Amino acid sequence: MSLAERTHLHAKPPASAALTPDASAWSIAQNPAPWAVAVILLIMPLLANGFFLIEIFGTTLILGTVALSLMFLAGYGGMVSLMQLTIAGFAGYMVAVLGVSGSAKISLGWPWWLATPMALALATGFGTLGGALAVRTEGIYTIMITLAIGAAFYYFTNQNWAIFNGHTGLNTIATPQFWGVDWRADIPFYYVTLGVAALCYFAVVYVSRAPFGLALQGVRDNPRRMAALGFHVNAHRIAAYALASLIAGLGGVLQVWNYRQISPGSVAVERCIDILIIAVVGGITRPVGAFIGAFIFVILRTFALDVLVQLGLDGNRFRLLIGLGFLAVVFWSSDGVVGLWEHWRRRSAPSSYRGGAHHG
Amino acid sequence: MTASRFIERHPVWALIVLVAAALLLWLLLAVWPPGLEEAIGRKRVFLNAIFNGITLGGLYFLVASGFTLIFGLMRNVNLAHGSLYLFGGYVGYGISTATGSWLLGFIGAFVLVALVGIILQIVVFRRMEGQDLRQTMVTIGLSIVFADLMLWAFGGDFYQIATPQWLIGPVQMPFVTAVKSSGEAVYLQYPLVRLVIFAASVVIGVLMWLALNRTRVGLMVRAGVDDRDILAATGIPIQLVFVFVFALGAGLAGIAGVVGGTFQSISPGEDTRFLLASLVVVIVGGMGSIPGAALGAVIIGLAEQLGSVYIPTYAIVVTFLIMVVVLALRPQGLVARR
Repeated sequence: MSLAERTHLHAKPPASAALTPDASAWSIAQNPAPWAVAVILLIMPLLANGFFLIEIFGTTLILGTVALSLMFLAGYGGMVSLMQLTIAGFAGYMVAVLGVSGSAKISLGWPWWLATPMALALATGFGTLGGALAVRTEGIYTIMITLAIGAAFYYFTNQNWAIFNGHTGLNTIATPQFWGVDWRADIPFYYVTLGVAALCYFAVVYVSRAPFGLALQGVRDNPRRMAALGFHVNAHRIAAYALASLIAGLGGVLQVWNYRQISPGSVAVERCIDILIIAVVGGITRPVGAFIGAFIFVILRTFALDVLVQLGLDGNRFRLLIGLGFLAVVFWSSDGVVGLWEHWRRRSAPSSYRGGAHHG
Repeated sequence: MTASRFIERHPVWALIVLVAAALLLWLLLAVWPPGLEEAIGRKRVFLNAIFNGITLGGLYFLVASGFTLIFGLMRNVNLAHGSLYLFGGYVGYGISTATGSWLLGFIGAFVLVALVGIILQIVVFRRMEGQDLRQTMVTIGLSIVFADLMLWAFGGDFYQIATPQWLIGPVQMPFVTAVKSSGEAVYLQYPLVRLVIFAASVVIGVLMWLALNRTRVGLMVRAGVDDRDILAATGIPIQLVFVFVFALGAGLAGIAGVVGGTFQSISPGEDTRFLLASLVVVIVGGMGSIPGAALGAVIIGLAEQLGSVYIPTYAIVVTFLIMVVVLALRPQGLVARR
């Protein structure tokens, strides 16, 4: 029924680089690519200037974190939730409302170390409640219900002035400054996003192998059999929503610190769908796919205008490009870019491919 | 379940429904005492909200009935349905301004949007039959592409389809809104065009119900909703039925676009709005059910209008709460087929 489930049938579960549990996969000699990526990410501030560091890599990591939460739900739980960005946006709004922003009438002015955990807790609660609603029905209905929740939240932020300040939103939101460091300055902020993204990534990888994650994948593949084995199917699903909401909430907090403003436009339905596009284009069966998809998306969004104009086309047709690219991925490679990459690796080096234990 | 059986089985609920209906009737017909007007505002405002809600429900029904029909038969959650609505609006605007005929706009929108639906079904969805999630993803991609193409072609402007001369102007409704000091009763004035459009959507709904329940094609469609595979096994050309239903559903969205363009206006972003409306209507009413779509549409239309009059900054929450309550109590929808 789910995209992930189907891809299991034709794409032999491969050892996706840094994800295999056996120790040899962690050695640099056997698997250099993930180590190279990690090193490059760590020394990025030496390689890139402020624009690239934040606008490209920081944004990629933030969007990737939000998409990772969708990947976790869809890839391991078989639940395609379109409200992950809404949860992120909710967390962002809560940071603005509880913390310090330009709208003194609305913001409560809490210090960041109080406002941020509170915002995360509220976002997790919000997402869990939404998830509890969505699991009332099955399969394809999840998309409808989560999309309805996302759209309703967008219209609500637009028309509510008491909490969300209507369509102007909240501006000049304070960012944390302590230990003599302005954590919104380019380089510290890059490391903050990198740290949070890495934390979420490894948390998802870990959970996918933990008993809970395995049970969740069982629920995805055959809920009836898991129920017969004594697992509480819906409890697993709701718990998955809770974890995904926390991850999405972290992404949302980073997002609001990055732009220092939030408005209904940040939680519009198109943004929710962007997250789905990112996860699907990257490859919804692997955690790393979320970040690859985010990177492609951010590159396209930033440079499509220039490239299109260079080619003599209308530069405003960025969304057309995104939509067509998404359609192409859904039509021809349901495993996204990660799937293509693994396909290519297997073809080019069939002897070195070791099958690998799979989590599924 | 017939009325008498319902009363027998749920006497308390029947009483509550009866009292609520009586109260509503009294609110509609009686001249409000001054205390009530002070508490919740003028009766004219209330009556207007009720009528706006019901007529908006008619529009929602037109959009959502196509959505639910396609879903019921093909299990295809067509998230590009809002785009079909918007496209219908633009086509209707183009034709009615070019020819000066409002009705031609309807016919043109129905035919052209139904054609788009036929192409979609034959070229895209037939290739991935039975893959619910993949179809839904494709409809998301299509909605992005359509939205951008329409933005390209028509720009970000608001278009309003001109109401024909013979429908302009208010009519007097048999509802007293207030009594003047001279003792003369003041009646509610309401735009004729909205009433006509509501009547038309009721007619379309009844026709659809008749077509589904009294004709041979309708028989095939209903059988297909119940069990697609068995229907195909009996030798019915099921692909033809699919194309027919997709064309009908899309065409209805096109008609709704013209209606929406006359009621309100059409602009980029309306596609999302009406997609949300169809989603909520169908979730509340019951997925795949035409009467469910009608009931859901009226409930959501009323909730939206009454909400925007009495609690303007929380109106959407009312709509949303209705969805939550229905999902919590009856996840399959109010009028579910199964």
